[in-house]
Amino acid sequence: MDTSRSYLEPSSFSKKLAATIIIVYTVITLIPISWMVMTSFKNVNSAISYPPEVLFEPSLEGYVNLFTNRSRQSQEYLDSLPAPETWYEELVRSREMVITGPSKFLGRYSNSMIIGFGSTFASVFLGALAAYAFSRFRVPLKDDLLFFILSTRMFPPIAVAVPIFIMYRKLGLGDTHLGMIILYTVVNLSLAVWLLKGFMDEIPKEYEEAAMIDGYSRLQAFFKVVLPQAMTGIAATAIFCMIFSWNEYAFAVLLTQFNAQTAPPFIPTIIGEGGLDWPAIGAGTTLFLLPVMIFTIILRKHLLRGITFGAVRK
Amino acid sequence: MSKIKIVNLQKSFGDFTAVKNSNLTINDKEFFVLLGPSGCGKTTTLRMIAGLELPTSGEIYLGDEEVGMLRASERDIAFVFQLFALYPHMNVKNNLSFPLKMQGYSRSEIKTRVEEAAKLLRIDHILNSNISSLSGGDRQRVALGRALVRRPKAFLMDEPLGTLDAEFRELMCLELKKLHIDIGATTVYVTHDQLEAMSLADRIAVMDGGEILQADEPSVIYNKPATKFVASFIGSPGMNFISIDQGISNEQSTLNIEGTNFNIPKQYEISKGKKNSFGIRPENLSLTNEGGLKGSVFGVEYLGSRKIVTVKTNFGEIKVKTDISTSVKINENVQVKPSNDNIIIFDGETDKSLKSEFVN
Repeated sequence: MDTSRSYLEPSSFSKKLAATIIIVYTVITLIPISWMVMTSFKNVNSAISYPPEVLFEPSLEGYVNLFTNRSRQSQEYLDSLPAPETWYEELVRSREMVITGPSKFLGRYSNSMIIGFGSTFASVFLGALAAYAFSRFRVPLKDDLLFFILSTRMFPPIAVAVPIFIMYRKLGLGDTHLGMIILYTVVNLSLAVWLLKGFMDEIPKEYEEAAMIDGYSRLQAFFKVVLPQAMTGIAATAIFCMIFSWNEYAFAVLLTQFNAQTAPPFIPTIIGEGGLDWPAIGAGTTLFLLPVMIFTIILRKHLLRGITFGAVRK
Repeated sequence: MSKIKIVNLQKSFGDFTAVKNSNLTINDKEFFVLLGPSGCGKTTTLRMIAGLELPTSGEIYLGDEEVGMLRASERDIAFVFQLFALYPHMNVKNNLSFPLKMQGYSRSEIKTRVEEAAKLLRIDHILNSNISSLSGGDRQRVALGRALVRRPKAFLMDEPLGTLDAEFRELMCLELKKLHIDIGATTVYVTHDQLEAMSLADRIAVMDGGEILQADEPSVIYNKPATKFVASFIGSPGMNFISIDQGISNEQSTLNIEGTNFNIPKQYEISKGKKNSFGIRPENLSLTNEGGLKGSVFGVEYLGSRKIVTVKTNFGEIKVKTDISTSVKINENVQVKPSNDNIIIFDGETDKSLKSEFVN
């Protein structure tokens, strides 16, 4: 009998099995994403060809179409124009079109950025303050208040879409960045408070007491001593909040049209000639994926510790 | 450095009174220990002096200033926590300079002070280390250093040696004592460990149930305990008590127990009732063949140089500290006799020691 490993350590067979399952699962979940990325590099014809093309000649047409508005012109008109100055102009002309201006995509994308990061920051900041208060102070009806905060997530947010729609119209918050930031912050805040309270509870109160004795006010102690130690929780909470507000579709469709429209409701409406412009949609979603991916990768280290937090005492 | 005075201090948490009407004066440059079992109110008292808890009533004077209701940050005291509470996201140097940064000292002044404290505590070689990489003893020294750099009016320490292992605790005890002699800072130290208290303190206050029972020098606390609790809590093992069903009269100097007359110090106080107790330390008892209280040996503990023999008598178990050469067997019949008149009579109604030639 092999006694070189401990009973707690899994056998090499189960390790291999686990690895296999994870690899298979990863491949399955990656299929739609890789198809999306592939579509973004196809041209309009190969994107809708049947049978689907797995091997194709890559083209940046989708990306060019995503960022520009174009109009079809006659060959004579195109010939009368001076030679194209850039590669993308050349690409558009080869399709017998000219660029008439930039598309709305960049604007929608930056709306997503402003609203996504804005509401994430607001949720985490307000959540951290509330969590700290719930964790440290004798708040009257603390348990009821915490339950009340949690209960706001017991129904799907869209269930209150109609009252919110009316309220936003009366308050003039419809189709504004501020309105969307407030809305997403409200939805995320209950999660933020609950997650962060768990982390705050784990930080011994002696740290703030030490800081207060060292001459700092409670608020200064909170920023200088408590927050740095709650970084793990803050990172995990920020990722969850970011993913929600970045991906949110229903409220964005309902409450935004022009000024504050985010990318999710915009991307599926990209229409080319004779139907949806699939490569442009693919390009839009691929670019849309990047910020959350980068954000998560940066905070990944904290996220892993955040999820397993409390399992092992330091 | 300043003197600390507590007047009629009281602290309640809801229905529970943690500290009852306490009065204390801690002299300038004194090493003062608050000693008692857990839940006796010693930590609450310390936290009130620090400003981490506000008193329900009463006053706290730091020097001449009444600070009872001031915030911790406004009191100019330093606190060493049991778990050290070193900021884990900063290195040693930043931990030490953290209190100074708030006070707006110049960069060079902070550097000098930190280096000075580090040198004094012999942690100058680890200034750039992370807190998590330090041993318990080094963490302890950094915690002391963080208290030292500010040169506060007083040091408050809440069981700072509680988490160290026994061997290291002894060493740190010596270091603390030496440090106190070197810098002469008023120090209030909380512990439940009587040996720590005895070896460190200039004076000790013994607390129980939120009350200060006695505050005096260690030798007085040990030899002339004010109450039965103090007598049993201090000393290892604590004092033996023998219940007696007789009152004590003035000038009485013998006591008849089970037909044997025992010499006691001349009493100067009359007992309130007839149920009193006779207290004697284990080292003041000896085993004999006749003329003592009859009993049988129940257990023997070897302490290296001494032996503790537990004798079961009609008055309960009595512990006797004897010479190592004394040989006794379990269940052997022996008699226990006081070897001197170092005896204290405790009043059965108040649990206080009665005044005598010995206790005055």
